[in-house]
Amino acid sequence: MHANEAERPGARLDRERPVTTSVAAREDTFPKLIVRNARVRPRRTAFRHKDLGIWQSWDWGRVHESVRGFAAGLHGLGVRKGDKVAIVGANRPRLYWAMAAAQWIGAVPIPVYADSVAEEMAYVLSHAEVVTAVVQDQEQVDKLLQVADQVPTLGHVLYDEPRGLRDYDHARLHPLTEFIAEGEARLAREPELASVIDGALEAGRGEDLAIILYTSGTTGRPKGVMLTHDNVLAAARMGCDFDRLDETDEIIAYLPLAWVGDHIFSYAQAILAGLCVNCPESPETIVEDRREIGTTYAFAPPRVFENMLTLTMVRMEDAGRIKRAMFKYFIDHAGKVGEKILNGERVGTGDRLLYAIGDFLVYGPLRNRFGLTGIKVGYTAGEAIGPEIFRFYRSIGVNLKQLYGQTEASVYVTMQPDGEIYADTVGRPVPGVEIKIDENGEVLFRSPGVFLAYYKDDAKTAETKTQDGFVRSGDAGFFAENGHLKIIDRAKDVGKMNDGSLFPPKYVENKLKFYPNIKEAVAYGNGRDFVGVFVNIDLTAVGNWAERNNVIYASYQELAQNPQVYEMIAGHVDEVNRSLAAEPMMGGAQIKRFLILHKELDADDGELTRTQKVRRGFIAERYQPLIDALYDGSSEADIRTEVTFEDGRKGVIAARVKIRDMQVYPVETHAPVREAAE
Amino acid sequence: MSADHAHSFAAADALEETAAPAGGGAPAARARSDEVLLSVENVSLGFGGVKALTDVSFDIRKGEIRAIIGPNGAGKTSMLNCINGFYHPTEGRITFKGQTRPKMRPHEAAAGGIARTFQNVALFKGMSTLDNIMTGRSLKMRTNVFWQLVRFGPATREEVEHRRKVEDIIDFLQIQHIRKTPVGKLPYGLQKRVELGRALAMEPELLLLDEPMAGMNLEEKEDMSRFILDVNQEFGTTIALIEHDMGVVMDLSDRVVVLEYGRKIADGTPDEVKANQAVIDAYLGVPH
Repeated sequence: MHANEAERPGARLDRERPVTTSVAAREDTFPKLIVRNARVRPRRTAFRHKDLGIWQSWDWGRVHESVRGFAAGLHGLGVRKGDKVAIVGANRPRLYWAMAAAQWIGAVPIPVYADSVAEEMAYVLSHAEVVTAVVQDQEQVDKLLQVADQVPTLGHVLYDEPRGLRDYDHARLHPLTEFIAEGEARLAREPELASVIDGALEAGRGEDLAIILYTSGTTGRPKGVMLTHDNVLAAARMGCDFDRLDETDEIIAYLPLAWVGDHIFSYAQAILAGLCVNCPESPETIVEDRREIGTTYAFAPPRVFENMLTLTMVRMEDAGRIKRAMFKYFIDHAGKVGEKILNGERVGTGDRLLYAIGDFLVYGPLRNRFGLTGIKVGYTAGEAIGPEIFRFYRSIGVNLKQLYGQTEASVYVTMQPDGEIYADTVGRPVPGVEIKIDENGEVLFRSPGVFLAYYKDDAKTAETKTQDGFVRSGDAGFFAENGHLKIIDRAKDVGKMNDGSLFPPKYVENKLKFYPNIKEAVAYGNGRDFVGVFVNIDLTAVGNWAERNNVIYASYQELAQNPQVYEMIAGHVDEVNRSLAAEPMMGGAQIKRFLILHKELDADDGELTRTQKVRRGFIAERYQPLIDALYDGSSEADIRTEVTFEDGRKGVIAARVKIRDMQVYPVETHAPVREAAE
Repeated sequence: MSADHAHSFAAADALEETAAPAGGGAPAARARSDEVLLSVENVSLGFGGVKALTDVSFDIRKGEIRAIIGPNGAGKTSMLNCINGFYHPTEGRITFKGQTRPKMRPHEAAAGGIARTFQNVALFKGMSTLDNIMTGRSLKMRTNVFWQLVRFGPATREEVEHRRKVEDIIDFLQIQHIRKTPVGKLPYGLQKRVELGRALAMEPELLLLDEPMAGMNLEEKEDMSRFILDVNQEFGTTIALIEHDMGVVMDLSDRVVVLEYGRKIADGTPDEVKANQAVIDAYLGVPH
C-alpha cells in the first residue's frame, strides 16, 4: 500500500530515541495502552490522515510522544483530574489524541456532535462544565465563541486547522500542532514536569471515569452516559476477540466522534489491538479513501451500504450492453449460491466454478470499487437494514453482519457469529453479556460494558438501571428458536391486547409491508380484543398485476375495492398470521380483520410523517367509522374523507369499504422463551 | 473546578468582539493600506460608433475588495477586459503597480500578476479539476520542453512543487472529492469554484472576478462569498469583482464603483453608494 511509504519525516529521528514514558505496569487505561503500543510496536503505523492529497502517517512511537506532550500542555493550561475537556470536530488524528491526552491526566473527554447547532452545544458544554475545548476548525471555534457566555467554566480553546483564524484574538485560542510541540519540548526541558505527567499516568485506574458520551436524544435533553476505562476496555475486548482483530487491521474513521460506535471502533479497539485508524480527507471522499486504504474491518449504518449499492446500480445502467448482461447474470448467480458459499454450506461443484468465474469478472471488481477487497468483517447497526441489501453484499463475498448495541452498554449487546447470519435477527448475546426479556417484551441486558450512570441525572439512572445491574434498553424484542435476538419495536410503542398478549404494531406492519403489493399498513390492537389492520395497496405493483390479468380499473379507489385484489391481500395476511403463530411471543398479534383503504395515505393529509412513517393515532381519528366497523363486526362501512390534491385544492372522497375476516392459527408453544434466554 | 479557570469570564467577552467581524464577514476589521495597486485614468473604449466606456477613472487599492456594479450593458465586463489587457482603451491610461503600459496583452497581464475568472465558465471540460488548476501554474513553469519530456530531473521536481501549491488550493476551496473528476461532469457551482482555483494557482496580486455568483443558489453564494473573503484575508489578494447580487456586493466589498452607459456615476463605500441618488435612479429608473 502506497500509504506506508509516506512515513512522517520525524519518524526517523525517533528511531534511536527510546519511549520516554517510564511507568505503566498494568495496562488498565487507554493512555497506558498507548505506552504499551509504543513499546511493543513503535514503528507500526497508528494513524493516517489524508491531507493535501497524500496519506500522512504517524506510528505508535510518534503518537505516544504527541499524546504525552499534549497531556503536558493540558496540564499547563490548568486541566486537572476530573475536569471535562470537550472535543468537537470531524475524525482527525489530533482529536483522537486529545481524548487520550485528557485521559492521561485523569480529565474526562466529552466528544460533542460536530454538526450540532450552537444551542445544543451550549447545553452539553454547560451541563458537563467543560473547562477546555479541542476543536477542528474555524466553524467550531465560531460556535464555541458564540456560546461562551452560556458556558462560564470554559477557558481555553485549541484548534486543529488554522485556516481563517489568523485575525482572531489568541489570548485563549491555541493552534494544536504548536501546542503539542511546545508540550513535548517542555517535557524534554523540565524533568519535574515529566515526573508529574508520568505520575498522573500511573495514578490512572481502570475504574476511573474514561469518557462521557452524550446520547443524541430524540426525546428530551441529551443524557451524558458515563463510561469507565473498565467498561470501554471490556467492550473493546469483546469486539476484538469476537472478530480476532490484531495490529494488521485497518479501519476508516468517519462516523461522529461523539457516537459510541466510533469511540469503540476507532479509539478503544484501535488502541487495544494496535491497529491503524485512517482519517479521510473530507466527508465527500470516504468511498475513494476507503478504496485506497483497503480497510479490513468496517462499520457503517445501513444507509451507507444502501448508497453504495444505489450508486453502483445507477452506474451499471450507463454501462455497455455486454457488461450489463454479464453483471446481471453473475449477480443473479451470486444471489442463488453466494451466501451459501460464504456460510460454508454445501454447494455443487458447477455452481462453485461459476461463482469463481463471477468472482473474477464481477464480484472482485465490485468489492474493489466499494473499497471492501481486504474486508474481514463488516458490521451494520443503528437501524434495520433491508434484507435485499444485506443479502446482496453477503452474496458477493462481503462478510457483512449485524449487531445490536447501545451507548449504555459500550455498544455490544448481541452480534451475529460467522455462519449464523439471518437478515431478520441481530444475533446472539456477545460472550459476557446477559440478556433477559421482561413481561412487557422489553430487552434488558447486563455486561461488563454497562455504564456507570447518567451524568448528574440520578432519576434517569434509577429509571434505566435496575437494582441488580440490568439496563432497560427501551427496545422490545424476543428470542427466536435459533437463540437469536429479534428486535421488534421501541418498547413504549408495544401495546397489550385485552387478553394480555403483546401487540407490537410496527412488527406486524413490517411483516405486511414485506409484500410488494402492500405499500403501507396500519395495525390496531392496543387495548382491544384482536388486531385489525388498514392496508394500502401499492399502485405500481398491483397495477402491474391488474394489467397482466386483464383487470380493468380507473383509479386507486376502484382497484382497492376489487374483490380479486382483496383475495390477493387476504392471501398475504394469511401468510403473516401463519408466521406470527410460529413465534410464541407474537402469536397473539395475529390479524383477525382487515380492510383496504379507499385512498392512499399521504403526508399532505397528515397521515404520514414527512419521513413516511404512519401516524397511527391520527389515522384512527380520521377514519373513526372504519375503526368502529373493524371492531363491531360489520362487513362494510361508509366513509367520507376530505383530501388535499397536489395543487392544494381540497376535495372529498366517499366510499363503501369492505372488511374481511381472517383465520387465526393456534400459537405454537415450544419451551417458554424467557427461560431459554437466561 | 480549579481556580485556574476563574479568569475565563472576562476573556470570553474580549474574544467575542474580535471574532464577530471575522465570522460575520464585515470588512471593517481588515487591515487596508492606501497604496494604489491599479489606477484607471480617463479610460474610454469604443467599438466603431459604439462607446462602451467614456472617461472612466477609479483606482484599486492594495488588499481591498473592489466591486464594479451597474445595470446590464453598463460596460462592466469591458472595463475588466481593459484591465487585463484583452481590450485596449482608445483613450486614457491604466497604471498597474506604478507602471503604465500603452498596450498590454492578456498574457503579459497574467505574468504581471493579474488573474481572472469569466462570466461564463471557461474551463477545459474534458480535463480533471486537478489538471485544470495545474494549467494555472503553467506561467510559473521554468523548465524547457526537453526536461518536461524526459520526466525526471528538474521538470519532475518542479512539477512536485507546483502540485503541492495546487493541493493547497484544492484544500482551501474544499474540492478534494472532485480532484480527479472531469470538470464537464461537475455542477455549475463547483465549476465556478474550480475556475477560481485556477485563477488562484497563478498566485495573482490582483484577482478579477466576473460575476462569481451568477446562476448560483443561496447556499452556493454563501460558500463563494466565504471563499472570496478567505482569499482576500489569507493570501492578501486584491480583488475586483463584478456582481449583480447587491446583497453580496454590499457585504463583501470595501468600495464600490458604479457604471451606467459606460460612464462612472458613483464611487465610494457601500453605504455611500447606496445613498447616492444617481445610483438609485440608475437602478430603479427615472421618468424622462
